Order: sequence, then C-alpha cells, then structure tokens
Amino acid sequence: MGMTMVEKILAKATNQAAVKAGDVLEPRVDMAMSHENGALVINQFSEIYKDTGLEAKVWDPSRIAIIFDHRVPAESSKTAGNQKKIRDFVAKQGIGKFHDIRGDGGGICHQILPEYGYVRPGNVVVGTDSHTTSHGALGAFSFGIGATEMAAVWALGRVLNVEVPGTIKVVCEGKFKRHVAPKDLILHLIGKLTSEGANFKVIEFHGPAIEQMSTSGRLVICNMTVEAGATSGIVPPDAETVRYLQEEAGVKDKLDLLAPDADAVYDQVITINVSKLQPQIACPHTVDNVKPIKEVAGIKLNQIVIGSCTNGRLDDLAIAAKILKGKKVAKGTRMLIFPASTRIYLQALKKGYITTFMEAGAVVMNSGCGPCLGVHQGALADGDVALATTNRNFKGRMGNPNAEVFLCSPAVAAASAITGVITDPRKGGK
Amino acid sequence: MAKVVFKVGDDVSTDIIYPGRFMATVLPTETPQFAFIDYPDFNAKVKKKEYPPQSIIVAGKNFGCGSSREQAASCLKGPDFVVIARNFSRIFLQNAINLGLKMVICPAIEASEGDELELTADQVINKTSGKSFPVVALPKARQVIIDAGGLIPFTRKLLLDAKDKR
Repeated sequence: MGMTMVEKILAKATNQAAVKAGDVLEPRVDMAMSHENGALVINQFSEIYKDTGLEAKVWDPSRIAIIFDHRVPAESSKTAGNQKKIRDFVAKQGIGKFHDIRGDGGGICHQILPEYGYVRPGNVVVGTDSHTTSHGALGAFSFGIGATEMAAVWALGRVLNVEVPGTIKVVCEGKFKRHVAPKDLILHLIGKLTSEGANFKVIEFHGPAIEQMSTSGRLVICNMTVEAGATSGIVPPDAETVRYLQEEAGVKDKLDLLAPDADAVYDQVITINVSKLQPQIACPHTVDNVKPIKEVAGIKLNQIVIGSCTNGRLDDLAIAAKILKGKKVAKGTRMLIFPASTRIYLQALKKGYITTFMEAGAVVMNSGCGPCLGVHQGALADGDVALATTNRNFKGRMGNPNAEVFLCSPAVAAASAITGVITDPRKGGK
Repeated sequence: MAKVVFKVGDDVSTDIIYPGRFMATVLPTETPQFAFIDYPDFNAKVKKKEYPPQSIIVAGKNFGCGSSREQAASCLKGPDFVVIARNFSRIFLQNAINLGLKMVICPAIEASEGDELELTADQVINKTSGKSFPVVALPKARQVIIDAGGLIPFTRKLLLDAKDKR
C-alpha cells in the first residue's frame, strides 16, 4: 500500500519502512519554533524538571528557533518582561536561531522560518502557533502545538503520541485569472470544507495550479489549512521548492524531494478548477463563511489591513502597490500595511512600494503579528468594519468583539482601500 | 453530579475563550481572570470563584478553534471546569489533555444553563430533562497522558525512567 506525503515523512522520522494513518508514533523533531509564548514554554519546561535532580537542558539548541513577532517592539512592561525572560533562556541554552526585535533579521515567525532556510522538505516541524501549518509549503510536515507540548519537545526531541493523520488530496487545475490569487483558492476551499471539515487531517495539494505557484503562494494556502481544522497542509517539494531554498534562503545542502506514492490512500479527493474562481471574501465571524465578492461588494469599511504571515510577502505588496500607485486611500478609511519580515520591508522600500503606500495615505507599520490578532496596534472601535488579508475573522479577533472583520486577497484589499467599500479589483483599470 | 453554569454555541474560538489582548499573561495561575472576559457576567463569577469545582460548560461543535494559545485551556483548568462539547478542535483538545482539563465529547448533547448532569464513562445523563447522550472516547493515543494527570508529570516520568536505565 502506498504512502501519502505525511506518512512518508513520519516513516522517515521514526526509522520505519512504512506507517499508515491511525498509527501512533513518536516522531523526532527537526525544527521546534516558538515566539513570545516561549515564555510559557520556559515555565512548563522548568516544571518538567522540577525536583528531578536532572539538569534542564534542551535536547538540541540548533533545532529550536525563537522569533519575536507578536508584540514588537513590546507594547507593555509585561511583554518586555516575557521577552527578557526568553532572551536570558536563549543565551543560557545556546539557541542560535533567535530573532530578536531588529530592523535586520526580524519578522513574523512563519516568514522567518522559510526565509532563513530553517525548514527543509521531509522535515517534521512543530511550532507553538496554529499557523505553523505554513511550512508544509516546503514539503515538511509542520503543525501547531501548545506550550506544554513544546516543553516536552524541548526535553525529549520528539513529539509524543502522534496519531498519523489521514489525508485529503486537493487537486487544483487550471490557471488563476487576473486578480485571483492563492488566497482566493484557500478561502474557497475552507468554505467548501467548513471550519471542521479537515479536523485531524492533512491537506495535500496537487495539480498544475500548484506546480506553477510560487513558494509565496504555497505558504498562503498551507498557512490557512488550519482554518478548515487541518493538522497541516503540504505541497510535494519540486523545482520551485529547490529554487526558493537555494536562491532566497541560501540553503546549500542536498534536499530530499520526497513525493507521495502513486497508490497512496486518501480519505477524500477534491478537485478545484482555479480558472473558474473569482475573488472570495470570508465574512464575519467564521473563516468558513466564504462568499464570492459580488455578494458582499459595496460594504463600507473603516479599516483595511494588508500584512501578516498569510499575505505580507513581497508579491502581495507588489500587487497592492500596483493598484494603489497614484491613488488615495478613501476618506474615512484607515489603511495599515505590515510586511511579513524586515527583509521584505527593505525589498519593498527599494522597489518603491513603501513610498507608494505612504503617498496613498496608508500607514506602514513594522513587521509583526500585532493587528491581525488584536494584540498590538490597529485595534477596532465598536461597530467598525475591517477588511484584511490576514487569516482569522473570529469575534474579537482584531481586539474588539463588537467589530466585524472580512478576509480577502491583497488585490481586493488594495482596490477597496481606494473606494472605502469592498471592491472587486477586476473592475478597476489595473 | 454537577451543574451547567455556562452554555455557548458552535465554533467558539480561542479569541473568545481567551482574547489575544491578554496573551502577555501566560502563567496558568494568572489566566483564569481573563476567561471569557467578553462575557462579563460569567467572567465576574469566575474571578469571584463562585463556581464550585467540576462545574460544567456546554458548547457546540469545534470548541477551541483557532490559535494554539494554551491560555485558553489553562484559564478553564484553573477553576476546574468540565467542558462538554459536540467536538473540539485539535490543538485545544491536546492542550486541555496536556494540562489535565476535563473534557467530554458528546455529539448530541442537549443541556441548558442550570441543568444537573451526571457524567459516566460512556454517557452524559441530563438529570433535569431525563435524557441521556452517548459520549465519544477521547483519542486513544493520548489516554496515557490523561492517566498520568497531564503531560508534565508524564514527561517527567519518561526522563526519570531514562535516567534510571543509564
């Protein structure tokens, strides 16, 4: 019987010839990522070692990455204290893959991991963040865990009692039309599957539309698989994966381009023709409340946000800059843009995108997660309506349970910024 | 037997259970003060410790969806709630098991605030309505962690056993 991507990776990570969905394993971990919630991981880690007489040393400091992104620079003394606690721990344990608050080498964890080549095809990656699903874009099995689970990983170097997930195969045919993006594909898929449709499963992406998609786009679709309940998303690694890791991440070592077997067993196969897709909008207050743009066009907006681990990369900013060039953000609408990393910020500066955004009236913020989850800047007032390229629109998500959040692609966000209402970018001139 | 003290609907996300704006608070001893803070009546009673241990929260499908923030589980573990839901999202379920928060998966549960429920190994009996509802077992793979009282004691034992073998 053939194996899916995740079965192959987990067989390798447990030194077995074959594993199948439902098996319970303890795979070794190649990369363990945390952000500011590392402060809680440290607390739980020392709890594990309490009264054992054992020295509390992490299993392998080179396989741990810690990136400050949720509240940067610190918005409160409490956060600053957590960050300090992590800094001390990182120094003591010799953790080298540490990204502090800096204009060079900072950014959102799910951009830093690919950008610095911390993830390779075939890896097992865990992160104390639900959007750790992102790194499936590079052919890794990558999933979110809680802080206590991470503390155990830091101690043991493996994840305990993992049940091999079943896999949903999604075949994406056709070619994206102008102003239709990977974001529209994943929103459409989440709408189809519902918020729990992929619970405890992996979504494996295939087809010509995926083969032609850049790593940036693959990060978008894998990032949001968790919104359908998936443990992870994954794209079989290919020439584009190699290009990205070598050219953009500077990876030099040999890459293992594993592929699923032709006779792998899938729980479900879904085919989507992306040629037929139109821009999609996730409406309040669940991500699976997805509608084609024509059904919600014209809704008045108070705040537009472009950024996050979902859609804050250079190609996202390029699309937005092209639409906003020489235009103005509508009166009565605020526009916030936060690039996914400082490297992307610098690239956008050099390309003139930042100038375009500021001349249009957008506020360009430093790289981080803050506005997406309402923890640091960009909070909404009661009754406010926001349109964002981020990943969640739950009640309270942008810091206020009495506000509404719609989710969309960068093209829709930029076109809507000019009009101040939800606007189909295909209707504009650019 | 215990009372249902709070009932919520489907897809209750971690942004509702423990909003992001309080995420800088991480310690399990400190998180209960922010549990369901946008539901002021419930939150006030949690803060005043008015609910006896093992009081029941009843939820719909996909409880705990969204973020991996463990505060969403620890804020309910502190006051020693039991959560009965039609089902749970993956990361919340694992966090709750890791912390020893008691959860019951009960796909057909019908209960209102104030109802008295009896929990057995395979069903939830609503003493107020007289109806009973079957329970779905928690993931088998995780039972050893539940039996150990959580992931911290479980991992500690693994480390000590490894030390003894050396």
